[in-house]
Amino acid sequence: MDNHSEAQGLPPGTNEESGASLRSYLIGFGIAIVLTLASFWVSSTNTIYAPGVPILLGVLAIAQMGIHLVFFLHISSAPDQTNNFLALAFGVFITALIVFGSMIIMADLNHQMMPMDKLMDMQR
Amino acid sequence: MNPLGRLTLASIPFDQPIIMGTVGVMGLGIFSILAIVTLKGWWSYLWREWITSVDHKRIGVMYILLALVMLVRGFADAIMMRTQLALAAGDVKGFLPPEHYNQIFSAHGTIMIFFVAMPFVVGLMNFAVPLQLGVRDVAFPVLNSVSFWLTASGVLLINLSLFIGEFARTGWLAYPPLSELAYSPGVGVDYYLWSLQISGIGTLLSGINLTTTILKLRAPGMGYTRMPIFCWTALASNLLIVAAFPVLTATLGMLLADRYLGFHFFTNDAGGNPMMYINLIWIWGHPEVYILVLPAFGVFSEVVATFSGKPVFGYRSMVMATMAICVLSFMVWLHHFFTMGASANVNGFFGVMTMVIAVPTGVKIFNWLFTMYGGRIRFSVPMHWTLGFLVTFVIGGMTGVLMAIPPADFVLHNSLFLIAHFHNTVIGGVVFGVFAGYTYWFPKAFGFKLDERIGKAIFWCWFIGFYLAFMPLYALGLMGATRRMQHYADPHWQPFMQIAWAGAVLIFCGILLTIVQLIVSIRTRDRHLDTTGDPWNGRTLEWSMPSPPPPWNFAALPQVEGTDAFWAIKQQEKKAVNEAHPPIHVPRNNPTGFFLAFFTVVLGFALIWHIWWMAGVGFMGDVIVLLVQAWRTDNEVEISEYDVARYYRRAKELPL
Amino acid sequence: MTDANTNFLDSDTVPLSLHGPAPDRVVVGYGFWLFLLSDILIFASLFAAYAVLSGETAGGPNGAMLFDKKHVFVETACLLTSSFTCGLGALAVRQFRITGVYVWMIVTLFLGLTFLTLEITEFDSMIVAGNGPSRSAFLSAFFALVGTHGIHVAAGLFWLIIMVLQIMTLGLTPMVRRRLFCLGLFWHALDIVWVGVITIVYLGAH
Repeated sequence: MDNHSEAQGLPPGTNEESGASLRSYLIGFGIAIVLTLASFWVSSTNTIYAPGVPILLGVLAIAQMGIHLVFFLHISSAPDQTNNFLALAFGVFITALIVFGSMIIMADLNHQMMPMDKLMDMQR
Repeated sequence: MNPLGRLTLASIPFDQPIIMGTVGVMGLGIFSILAIVTLKGWWSYLWREWITSVDHKRIGVMYILLALVMLVRGFADAIMMRTQLALAAGDVKGFLPPEHYNQIFSAHGTIMIFFVAMPFVVGLMNFAVPLQLGVRDVAFPVLNSVSFWLTASGVLLINLSLFIGEFARTGWLAYPPLSELAYSPGVGVDYYLWSLQISGIGTLLSGINLTTTILKLRAPGMGYTRMPIFCWTALASNLLIVAAFPVLTATLGMLLADRYLGFHFFTNDAGGNPMMYINLIWIWGHPEVYILVLPAFGVFSEVVATFSGKPVFGYRSMVMATMAICVLSFMVWLHHFFTMGASANVNGFFGVMTMVIAVPTGVKIFNWLFTMYGGRIRFSVPMHWTLGFLVTFVIGGMTGVLMAIPPADFVLHNSLFLIAHFHNTVIGGVVFGVFAGYTYWFPKAFGFKLDERIGKAIFWCWFIGFYLAFMPLYALGLMGATRRMQHYADPHWQPFMQIAWAGAVLIFCGILLTIVQLIVSIRTRDRHLDTTGDPWNGRTLEWSMPSPPPPWNFAALPQVEGTDAFWAIKQQEKKAVNEAHPPIHVPRNNPTGFFLAFFTVVLGFALIWHIWWMAGVGFMGDVIVLLVQAWRTDNEVEISEYDVARYYRRAKELPL
Repeated sequence: MTDANTNFLDSDTVPLSLHGPAPDRVVVGYGFWLFLLSDILIFASLFAAYAVLSGETAGGPNGAMLFDKKHVFVETACLLTSSFTCGLGALAVRQFRITGVYVWMIVTLFLGLTFLTLEITEFDSMIVAGNGPSRSAFLSAFFALVGTHGIHVAAGLFWLIIMVLQIMTLGLTPMVRRRLFCLGLFWHALDIVWVGVITIVYLGAH
């Protein structure tokens, strides 16, 4: 069936037009190798400004995930990928809520906790 | 190594007359039903037409039947609590000691949310959504059957807890550290956890199924802006299921790891953090109530439009409000634990978000009112439920916004005011909604209407009963009464508790009348047959078919040109085209769901009682059932054009 | 479908959402994509628990003391390469090259088993040294997160073996191709989760 009249869009990983081809896998694999090596290097070297290391690792990780999504799963902003893209965006939104929401709330609760020595004073 | 794990004869509470009496009655009931079915030779019919059915209409009916049966069990818990509280003032101890009372309120909440409200809502969506979308079935029919049977497994396990062992005493959310092994070493919390994990998987799969159906399977011409509002609310609800239920699975899984494998997620020692459980469980818990109420809102949209003879007012704003509620429901969860130590900034943020989420709900209320304005209103039974909802839910919503203010919540958290608020919204919203939907779609499912007079009586029992049962609780909460208490010292509270008891009795009459209505309607069905398929002069596609619809729903998928597709077709007075129908392929019956559920019950029971060899058997059974299904290649049955044509000749001529 | 519908579908100006029910492979693919997203949310909850509890070592060792980055590097190399070989297998499926399919699936299986073996040895050495999940909340969160990923990998490998058997007994029928497609999605998603695991758990440990 011609791609243009594919009812309701294509599933992820089947975007034949934008190259579910050998080229796309090779490029994706290549970039992923580079990013992986970079991550391991960043985490073990001293040459990077220390407080910036977590941020750089985060950026590299997001880039890696993006490479997987684009080159292996063929997610794009094409009209027949809209449902997949929206579902992914929803998933990312909820993930961010769960992870960062929990971290902020739990850190806030810990901050509000009475210090241990004063807590022990109450026991006496 | 005990071959039966920690299961012994002493696990059965022979010394508790209330439980043994209940079990006796339940056992007698189940035995009678099995006996009747056997004597009448109905087993092959049941197996063929219901148990192994993958038809969304059958599965929807089974979900609702399950919900109604569990409503009786959940309500029995409720009336026991109300009776205890009506008696236990001052020196009087009542008849339910605390250890028993704690199990009762835990069971009541768990059953009502997970095994009454969820199955009822999922059943209505299962039944109506494919019909409204103009398609033959959901995206994954066999998976649909699996989902239902996994829910039924959870039901079976929780019912077993009544007479083999005990149930949790931790409340319906089982907060640690009370739910940890150190403080709840028995099987109660394990029954709770495994029952919910199993049915939770069923619900998640159902969420994936219906979301895919709504997004990928609609009749030609039915773009997103031409879907009925019920389908939009079903979409929002199922998106929430897909997003929220994994959090429940993970969190209960962590608690299971603590209890079974000695992990320290939420323990008091070794660095565990019980508040993390509360945080995670409410990330699930708040979307859960929207999962329940959004489809109810959808039912009201359909009912209001049909019985006012007008399209829903403000289709686009309804859709936007629904999707806004869907997203916002994930941003308010901390309001369930304002009092548990967060700073003012965090509490303030979530307080404001909680108030914000009331806005789209308000938009919907106004849209329903404007739909009725200028319409020719018919006061049918579903319309009664809708009007009752509009008044009741708004009150409940307002008390919610009241408690959204953290300082107010510091006074009211975990008081009877809170209990009154959430029963106000759940009963006023979800229960009224599912009963409206039940009455509205019953003729489509079975070919005859439910008795109207009894239907109105049921409504009034619930409506008046609700106000009698819960308005006193608002007052009691403001007077300082807390939840989950089995006895109170102040005798001035007793009159309020007694009025509440009377309300519960009235609701009980409503439930009894529901059973009576079913029996009477079946016996007198020839007097209110639905011969046209369109008993209410409906607007959406499900009314364009015979009642009950054929297994394949639509012989030829309808071509949709606008919202309220069926209404447009009726206005144009299209006649039935007697063209030749091609052969239709329908999915074949499949026993996978039933057998998967059987082995899952074995697995769950074994894990609860630490019978490890039996758990292995259950797990292997599940794997084998899945492998058998994987190799099943004949998945469809062809219905020949002769049979299709003969079906339509037999049914009455329709305007389509 | 009737004639009226075919004319309707030919028009390029009609939006995709009006074309009627999607074909099977679209429906199955999308449903599985939603399932994967729900699975990732389970991981999100476990990541959240790890983020909150990673400091709670109860006087015991923390990540920096326990994790061997070289070991993790080899695991990562195995999993990333297996994702690539899985993609090559998907190409072979699309082109109906059965030998290619078998070859790439077996290579993927081998790489996945290597990953699992390395992970099990890492867990085993930690448990034997007394640093199992019951030692502290941090270790509970670690074992739950990384262990759940490992269980998913094991399930994926079991599924892979079943699919090899299905190809052998049923051939590359449309149903079998749809399932292979889902397996590929699953395998790539596990690699995406692993990127998160190494970044937050192993490389982020200090």
